[in-house]
Amino acid sequence: MQVFAYAVGGWLVLVGAAGIVRSHHLVHTVVSLSVAQAGTYVFLLAVGFQWNAVAPVFSTSADTHRAVVDPVVQALTLTDIVVSATVTALLLALAVQIQKRHGTVDPDELRALKG
Amino acid sequence: MRALVPLSFVLPVLVGCVVLAFRRWLPRMVTDLLCVATAATVAGCTGLLAHAAGGGRIVEWMGGFTPHRGYSVGIVLVVDPLGAGAACLAAVLTGCALLYGWRYLSDAGEHYHVLMLLFLAAMVAFASAGDLFTLFVFFELMGAVAYALTGMRIEEPESVQGGLTFGVVNSLGAYLTLMGIGVLYARYGQLGLAQLGAAIGAAKPDPALVAAFCLVCCGFLVKAAVVPMHFWLADAHAVAPTPVCVLFSGVMVELGLYAVTRIYWVVFATALPVATIGRTLLVFGVLTALLGAVMCVSQRHLKRLLAYSTVAHLGLFLVGVSTLNADGLAGTAVYVLGHSGVKAALFLLAGILLNRYRSVDEAYLHGRAGLRSPVGWLYLLAGLALAGVPPFGPGLGKALTEEAAGAGHPWLVWLFVAVSALTGGAVLRTGLRIFAGLGEPPGGGDEETTGRSEESETTGPVRGTPVTMLVATCLLLGGGLLVGALPGLARACGRAAAAAIDTLGYRDEVLHGTLRPLAEVPDSYWSASGVLLGLLSAALAVGVALLALARLPERLRRPLRPLEPVLVGLHRLHSGHVGDYVAWLFLGTAALAALVAW
Repeated sequence: MQVFAYAVGGWLVLVGAAGIVRSHHLVHTVVSLSVAQAGTYVFLLAVGFQWNAVAPVFSTSADTHRAVVDPVVQALTLTDIVVSATVTALLLALAVQIQKRHGTVDPDELRALKG
Repeated sequence: MRALVPLSFVLPVLVGCVVLAFRRWLPRMVTDLLCVATAATVAGCTGLLAHAAGGGRIVEWMGGFTPHRGYSVGIVLVVDPLGAGAACLAAVLTGCALLYGWRYLSDAGEHYHVLMLLFLAAMVAFASAGDLFTLFVFFELMGAVAYALTGMRIEEPESVQGGLTFGVVNSLGAYLTLMGIGVLYARYGQLGLAQLGAAIGAAKPDPALVAAFCLVCCGFLVKAAVVPMHFWLADAHAVAPTPVCVLFSGVMVELGLYAVTRIYWVVFATALPVATIGRTLLVFGVLTALLGAVMCVSQRHLKRLLAYSTVAHLGLFLVGVSTLNADGLAGTAVYVLGHSGVKAALFLLAGILLNRYRSVDEAYLHGRAGLRSPVGWLYLLAGLALAGVPPFGPGLGKALTEEAAGAGHPWLVWLFVAVSALTGGAVLRTGLRIFAGLGEPPGGGDEETTGRSEESETTGPVRGTPVTMLVATCLLLGGGLLVGALPGLARACGRAAAAAIDTLGYRDEVLHGTLRPLAEVPDSYWSASGVLLGLLSAALAVGVALLALARLPERLRRPLRPLEPVLVGLHRLHSGHVGDYVAWLFLGTAALAALVAW
């Protein structure tokens, strides 16, 4: 079952990259990048997952002998989400600005830089 | 001393917050002064750390979370001379870049200052991270700030396009690195570099380990602009403000190589054989050096030309690292230091031209600037230094690296000479055209960016060159000279390299606090053959420049004709299309995996 989650994670990264390669709209490009990043979330969470384990929240009344899922990968995923939000917002702002300056958001028609 | 480790990257963040909070009341002059002083303080702190780390690595477990039975959930910072040296270089370059932008950079609001300080903080923290996730977080911070700095001039069409391409390609590379970190954590349950290295030990390299190595390296190789993942670099350099280019070319790209070196030596060195990794890095290094040199000589946009020269030199650095011994790494460290001073000075000189003539096009600038101001002379001198003329730093670095690389493959010496001559020659050619008015203006193809009309970065056309701009340029070029002239610096690089490749010493010191004596320290300084080869490549660079300026008779041109379609094809590959670049990135990853697994 865990192998299936790894496969989904890897597939999301690849399909996101393929989306960027075939993209005809910069917003689609940026969202494809987010899809690729979603693959890393699935992958990381799958690494720390255990059947019949609970969330890693400890308090004085909680049963300290129950298995919990790995909190480290969850922390990694949360950090990753924060990074993703920043980068996505920045790239979308640049896409808006490209529409204003170039009059197009099709990467095939952006001709300012080459060679 | 241990308190200085976190302080060196917390300080710029704090000052950045202060600048942002009080921006309404702070005059521009005070902001500039505050930022330059911060960069200088960080340079002092990291310099002190580099010196202190010579007597043993400085290990700081944040919040006192020391490992318990081999496991630790805390963050560890490990400072060794190589990392602290890289951080010090970043701080010095940031200081010079801020000095260059002093008062003049027009649309440099407070955002610019805050972003520069954050960039510095990210680079310093990246260089002192002792676990993979801290490394990754600061890698991402460095990336995000760099995208914002690249696309800072949002009124310009090129600027926003370059920023977006840079962001998409580098983020995707970083996600591959994160996947690799996930594979390592799933397999060994550790994130600390030393703990991971100890857990992997002398394991047989199975597919999961090879995949993890390739994925982790991928993001750093994208940042280091290794062919075929280098496409974003020229676009980003062509559009970023000049002081930002200084940091990109001078230290950010090199930090990508630093991360690969650190991770290989601490984590994988006992499991993956030296021969395989050395061969893989050598292939990528040679390809990068050759493609960068060819693209460099065929540019007319000054900033793109310098950017491709950075790609070519990165290739040479990678060849130096690929020797996987102390000599090669010591030479590379000297080369990186010298190159960053000279290349940064060249970028600043191109920026001075841009501010005065509103163009960075070699054809448009032809004969416009004279040799009466010091700018032209500095430019030509920096071109010679880039080609490897003694006693400049790049020359010493080249001499040491080519000697180390040539010990394994003698033909590599000629690769170093040829690439230095081509990139130095390209810079000299543009210098002679622009400042001495020699030759004819180049004709352009359709497949290139010319940089004919660019927005000036200053508020109005600048009459004369502001003193601060010239001082920053002279400081950087002087630094490049000192790297080659002071024997102490080269020896310090030798000790730093010997400590960096001491795999077991790093693991023991971080995990058990035991200090091991260094094996053998390369004693690196000029040799007679190094001086001669440096003079040879400088002479060849002058030859390349004069050949490009001379009007050759038809008889001599004919044999070169078949090469023209190849050159046009290479330029067409650099299409500026973000989808193409991502496809190349995955091809590069596949090639890396194939070479490591082979």
